[in-house]
Amino acid sequence: MASHSSHSQDGHGHGDGHPLVGHVVPLSLLFATGLALIALTVVTVAVRYIDVGEFNIWIALGVAVVKAALVVLIFMHLRWDRTFNLLTLVGSILFVLLLITFAMMDVHQYQPQLAPGNPKGVAETLTKDAPYAPIASQNPPA
Amino acid sequence: MSAIPTPTHDAHGHDAHGHGEHGHGDHGKYPFLRHHFDTPAQQFDSAKLGMWVFLATEILFFGALFAMYAILRFKHPEVFEYASHYLDTIMGGINTCVLILSSLTMAMAVYFAQRSKKGPLVFCLFLTLLGAVGFLVIKYFEYTHKFHENLVWGASFYKPVDEEERVIVTTPHQAPATLAEQSTAPDLSPGAASAALVKLPAADASVVKKAALGPGGLAPASGSPEQEAEVKAEEATEKALPHLLDPKMPVNTHQFFAIYYCMTGLHGIHVVIGMGMILWLMWGAMRGRYDGNYYTPVDLGGLYWHIVDLIWIFLFPLFYLIH
Repeated sequence: MASHSSHSQDGHGHGDGHPLVGHVVPLSLLFATGLALIALTVVTVAVRYIDVGEFNIWIALGVAVVKAALVVLIFMHLRWDRTFNLLTLVGSILFVLLLITFAMMDVHQYQPQLAPGNPKGVAETLTKDAPYAPIASQNPPA
Repeated sequence: MSAIPTPTHDAHGHDAHGHGEHGHGDHGKYPFLRHHFDTPAQQFDSAKLGMWVFLATEILFFGALFAMYAILRFKHPEVFEYASHYLDTIMGGINTCVLILSSLTMAMAVYFAQRSKKGPLVFCLFLTLLGAVGFLVIKYFEYTHKFHENLVWGASFYKPVDEEERVIVTTPHQAPATLAEQSTAPDLSPGAASAALVKLPAADASVVKKAALGPGGLAPASGSPEQEAEVKAEEATEKALPHLLDPKMPVNTHQFFAIYYCMTGLHGIHVVIGMGMILWLMWGAMRGRYDGNYYTPVDLGGLYWHIVDLIWIFLFPLFYLIH
């Protein structure tokens, strides 16, 4: 943030000097980030073959969040960028989480009231239009 | 118009805001600086904020699909567990690496633009473009393979490939062949919960049992048209696609492929748009439009490309890595 004013004092960004605006991320850091992202991809694929039950999806999502943070902070320069840009990103993510949370609460709420299985007559339609489709009975065996 | 004495812009640049080192002088020094900005830094920050707001709308755009994914997965976990095995993890993993590498070359392109190095800038943009092409080529092979196997959305998922086979399968005697198998199979391991719901009207099932043929050698010589129809139906069943005959297939499996094509397809469209953008950046870079003073388009294009990568980082585990 403060770096902007100091950069603009430098004047011209010719040659190997600093650019007029923005922040330069050194190549070594870019390569290290790329390597870390590839390594995390390998980790997340490997975890798939280990069964930890319910936690599998949370581990996979956790690794994805770490990878996303690396991309956002380093590749997208957000670590050195204005706070307001970070706020924009975090705000949008919060609103997506809000949408998912409320939608899931609604789904939970109505779940017990839903009649199970395919309604009457669906079996005939499915047999005609989708011959191999499995049909869910309305009266499942207890 | 005549009531307004002077256009506000003129007064703005010269006198009213002529503070210190920035003033009207900047506009002469930097030909890229638009008249409504005071300094290059102000112009750069405004452009970047605009891009971030756009990226926020992109996240909301995909967010709706992620919400749909969450609801479907909550309601039909067995469908996701089962259908995920039809996706090729190796191909998905390679595609993830291709996108990460192209993100890296894009970040390097921004670096070289900042350092006013035209050659490496063009080369890095070219590598990024190559990554995008590679991603789409792998995706193309994945999609065509699935289309070939009828792994698609909607009712087509349950249809045999050719029409003749369809007619045989849908004749009253044969229609529930696979369904009967399901109703008789006692336990179906992964999707047992929903598969237990699968039941047939008793009358249909009994008809099917009668239709089953004995071993080849003992099969009755072709005589009555009924028997011939049975043989034909048997052949059709053998020709049918594996997933259609799989007794473990849970109800509503096609929904997985609907959301899969929705999300990866929308992502693929973004990759195509990104390719156009990279081509445009390459064209500008070759004409020497960008240097350490002015590289805003490269920077913002990079942000867009990284968001495309970011979305894939989440799509990959959500579709390919379901245990």
